[in-house]
Amino acid sequence: MKARVTVMPKKSVLDPQGVAVRDAIAHHGFPQISMVRIGKVMEIEIDEAGPDAEARLHEICADLLSNPVIEDYVLQIEG
Amino acid sequence: MNTTAVSLPQDPEITPAVIAKHGITPDEYERIQKILGRKPNFTELGIFSVMWSEHCSYKNSKPELRKFPTTGPTVLVKAGEENAGVIDVGDGWGIAFKMESHNHPSAIEPFQGAATGVGGIIRDIFTMGARPVFNLNSLRFGAISGDGPNVKTNRRLFSGVVAGIAHYGNCIGIPTIGGEVYFDESYEGNPLVNVFCLGVLKHEEIARGAAKGIGNPVFYVGAETGRDGLAGAAFASRELTEESKQDRPAVQVGDPFKEKLLLEACLELLTTDAVAGIQDMGAAGLTCSTCETASRGGTGVEIDLEKVPKREVGMTPYEIMLSESQERMLIIVEKGKEHIVKEIFEKWDLPYAEVGVVNNDGMMRVKVGAVTVAEIPARQLADEAPIYNREVSPKPAPVALKNLPKTDVGCALGKLLADPSIASKVWVYRQYDHMVRDGTMVLPGSDAAVFIVREANKILASTSDCNAIYCALDPREGARVAVAEAARNLACSGAIPLAVTDNLNFGNPHKPENFWQLRECVEGLAEGCNAFNTPVTGGNVSLYNENPAGAIDPTPTVGMVGIIEDEKHVTTSSFKDAGDAVILLGELGNEMGGSHYLKVLFGRKEGIPPRVDFTKELALHDTLRGLIRQGVVKSAHDCAEGGLAVTLAESCICGKKTLGADIDFAATGLQPEVLLFNESQTRVVVSVAPAHADAAVAFAREKGIPARRIGTVVGGAQLAIKADGAEYKWPVADLSATWYGSISSLMSEA
Amino acid sequence: MKAAVIRFPGSNCDQDCHYALQRVFGISTDYVWHKDSSLKGYDLVVLPGGFSYGDYLRCGAIARFSPIMKAVTDYANAGGLLIGICNGFQVLTESRLLPGALVRNRSLHFICEHRFLRVGATDNPFLNLAQPGQVLNIPIAHGEGNYTADQATLEELNANRQILVRYCDAKGTVSEAANPNGSLNNIAGICNAGRNVFGLMPHPERACEARLGSEDGNVIFQSILKYLKN
Repeated sequence: MKARVTVMPKKSVLDPQGVAVRDAIAHHGFPQISMVRIGKVMEIEIDEAGPDAEARLHEICADLLSNPVIEDYVLQIEG
Repeated sequence: MNTTAVSLPQDPEITPAVIAKHGITPDEYERIQKILGRKPNFTELGIFSVMWSEHCSYKNSKPELRKFPTTGPTVLVKAGEENAGVIDVGDGWGIAFKMESHNHPSAIEPFQGAATGVGGIIRDIFTMGARPVFNLNSLRFGAISGDGPNVKTNRRLFSGVVAGIAHYGNCIGIPTIGGEVYFDESYEGNPLVNVFCLGVLKHEEIARGAAKGIGNPVFYVGAETGRDGLAGAAFASRELTEESKQDRPAVQVGDPFKEKLLLEACLELLTTDAVAGIQDMGAAGLTCSTCETASRGGTGVEIDLEKVPKREVGMTPYEIMLSESQERMLIIVEKGKEHIVKEIFEKWDLPYAEVGVVNNDGMMRVKVGAVTVAEIPARQLADEAPIYNREVSPKPAPVALKNLPKTDVGCALGKLLADPSIASKVWVYRQYDHMVRDGTMVLPGSDAAVFIVREANKILASTSDCNAIYCALDPREGARVAVAEAARNLACSGAIPLAVTDNLNFGNPHKPENFWQLRECVEGLAEGCNAFNTPVTGGNVSLYNENPAGAIDPTPTVGMVGIIEDEKHVTTSSFKDAGDAVILLGELGNEMGGSHYLKVLFGRKEGIPPRVDFTKELALHDTLRGLIRQGVVKSAHDCAEGGLAVTLAESCICGKKTLGADIDFAATGLQPEVLLFNESQTRVVVSVAPAHADAAVAFAREKGIPARRIGTVVGGAQLAIKADGAEYKWPVADLSATWYGSISSLMSEA
Repeated sequence: MKAAVIRFPGSNCDQDCHYALQRVFGISTDYVWHKDSSLKGYDLVVLPGGFSYGDYLRCGAIARFSPIMKAVTDYANAGGLLIGICNGFQVLTESRLLPGALVRNRSLHFICEHRFLRVGATDNPFLNLAQPGQVLNIPIAHGEGNYTADQATLEELNANRQILVRYCDAKGTVSEAANPNGSLNNIAGICNAGRNVFGLMPHPERACEARLGSEDGNVIFQSILKYLKN
């Protein structure tokens, strides 16, 4: 089983990196780009996924892969 | 009284429940109505709730804080006058420094909580017109060793806080050169993160946070305002405007890059004549900065929230006024010089906006376009919060130890050196850039950090100290010892103490025993500061530090700054050369109450903690400085946690090269545990070249200081201590591996 | 003789470099703002340490596109002496003025401490006063100083004697134990094939005065002085 986890800063939490990159893009001649937010993508492979694999992945996403105080995650199961 | 402030359609009704949730008592609400001559609207209620919080108003602690000595010939800006006090260091130079806590934010999100704490204290310093030159920090966590249920959480908090401090300090380019880290169960769930920053400036460069000059424009500079930090007082509004759960923000995120730009831009602006007043925006930044500058200036300030740079759409006036977004400043600009501000902030690519004007009606007036959404007399809001004299109830006096548990003395030293509170903090300070700005003369790990400020050609020494076990057992004596130890650490570095900043960390002040601890500690600190002639230039009060088991140990952290007159006087704690004589200045001591020996080996926090006699302590420091001026002292290390044995071991291992020592106490009549591990105060171990040993001992005795040669530094591989017919030996390589490796091995455990 | 210290937003060792060049070594030194576009008249250009653009995206990735970098590239291509320290080294690799890349330290921690460096090639403007094999004590302070390059690049660096300093122990032994950050072959600093561009993670400007713990950085600045005088 494969899974893809996307972790992004929460919508209302400041993403200083995104702001700096947005400004750099503007200096590069593309000021129309009004927002950049930067997160992480993790590819996960699971051997012998049991029936509870997805639930356990959610647990891992909330406990370890993201910091629920400042980040949200999306878990996609890719078969 | 003007009554133009309107309520907005989305504002919730102000019910007793809403008032209570803002932490405002019925009496306080009465007072607010009297000040306004009417009921406040929702925005105004929010504004009062932050300004009258303990954090902004010191309403619980003010009567106590007045006990501190705050004046002296070197005080250029007094405590409480501005964001930070300023002390004269000679030749037209001054230093601005302060310590502040970020305990609760760090408990919720250790990395960002600690990072934004560093950002906040740095802003306090450059707001004064000073260039920040170094940082310290004082950190406390629950236990990270053993098999307690919270050990993993405590490690996560510890590593997150250290990484957050490193992230902010390293990026902004201000070295973090020292501090302290303690671990104790009382901080479980409520870590203490006290951060300190010091900056330098010429006397004439001192900037003021007053809104001077009727008609002067008010500028907002720095990061955009978002809904950061709105979870606390602002709960009600959040429930109203919230579209989704994802929208609920709480934690402020720090951007050290933006603050670096803000720092450079503000310092550049302050060299021009465009600034009439400047104030940083910290907690509830727009609220605090507008009413405080107006109050200090004896003026009024009017701002238009439509002009405030915002990160998010749809923010209510309540949210904008209470936002805790970081890296923002308010600047009162001399009329006609607006172009200077614009040029400089455009150069540094920073947002800026003219958001308001200084007027003469004494009001803090907040508008959205033409609509007035808040109108409050600025002085009453900023300076007339109610003051409370809280009830006190003394805790029982500490009881003397009945019997001292014995142990294998040889193993005990290893266990003490491995204790994370005593062990080397290299795992921590290796993560901090402690050398940027090219002035760190004594690297972290010695008794005090020493930094040469090149531009001023001044050598400063700085330390932060507090033994909270002593304070828990006897708050007044513990606080006295904290000041004495700070002054002793400075003396060991060759410095003369100048002034103090303090961070008072206590539990809920409504509990009479907590408030008693606060009062006792403040009085103890005041006694100490009077004795060492070190005025308190400011600091911070953090109350409500509690976990389910109760309040934290009272922790009045002392940050002390001193000056070293000559580069040759800079002294460190490590032995330098084999053959040097080891001399103990002070008594052998015998006080075991509150010792780390009891705590680390037996899990006991009890007994009467060591007493300090300031007259003897001062005489010791003068004597030590006298010897340092004579040029004979090669190392000086004070006796603190773990007693003489730990002091001697550290002097063997904490230098560039590891050395051994042959120590012989001859007949002392003391139980070995007492001799080696007692924590009596007013003691320093120094090493001098053998030729100077007799003269050094004689010099000290002449000054009335007990002094004895207790042994010799050796090139061999062991620390050997003889006393009362017994001999104890430790391979220094083992002591070194234990002391340096303890925290890193604990932190690499899963 | 004139030196330029480039200031990017977020540079924080700019003042230290300026101090070392001007006050310790007497070289007239200017700050050059990243929005400027000319480096005419300079004999030495320094890209200082720090966190240009907050190290966001990748260290040096945004600084590389600052207006001044066109002038820096032209200056280097014309043979001008260019030294990048720490973040400056990262800018140089991002700009492809030096090969390879600097990635996160093996420990994932920022590391600040004194380190020993073993001098490699000395036939260059930056180390001509040093002896091959000499051991220098110079501090490091970085989170992303782990030098990496492909095998072909490494072979080329070795063949052209472009590896100027390697992490070693106090005796000069280059070993895994002496490698603070996981750098390939313990590489701490390299030069370009033209030998006029030098990038290194350690901070020689922090090792110019005995009172700060080491003067071993002096040999680099004195070598540059000697080269420029000839």
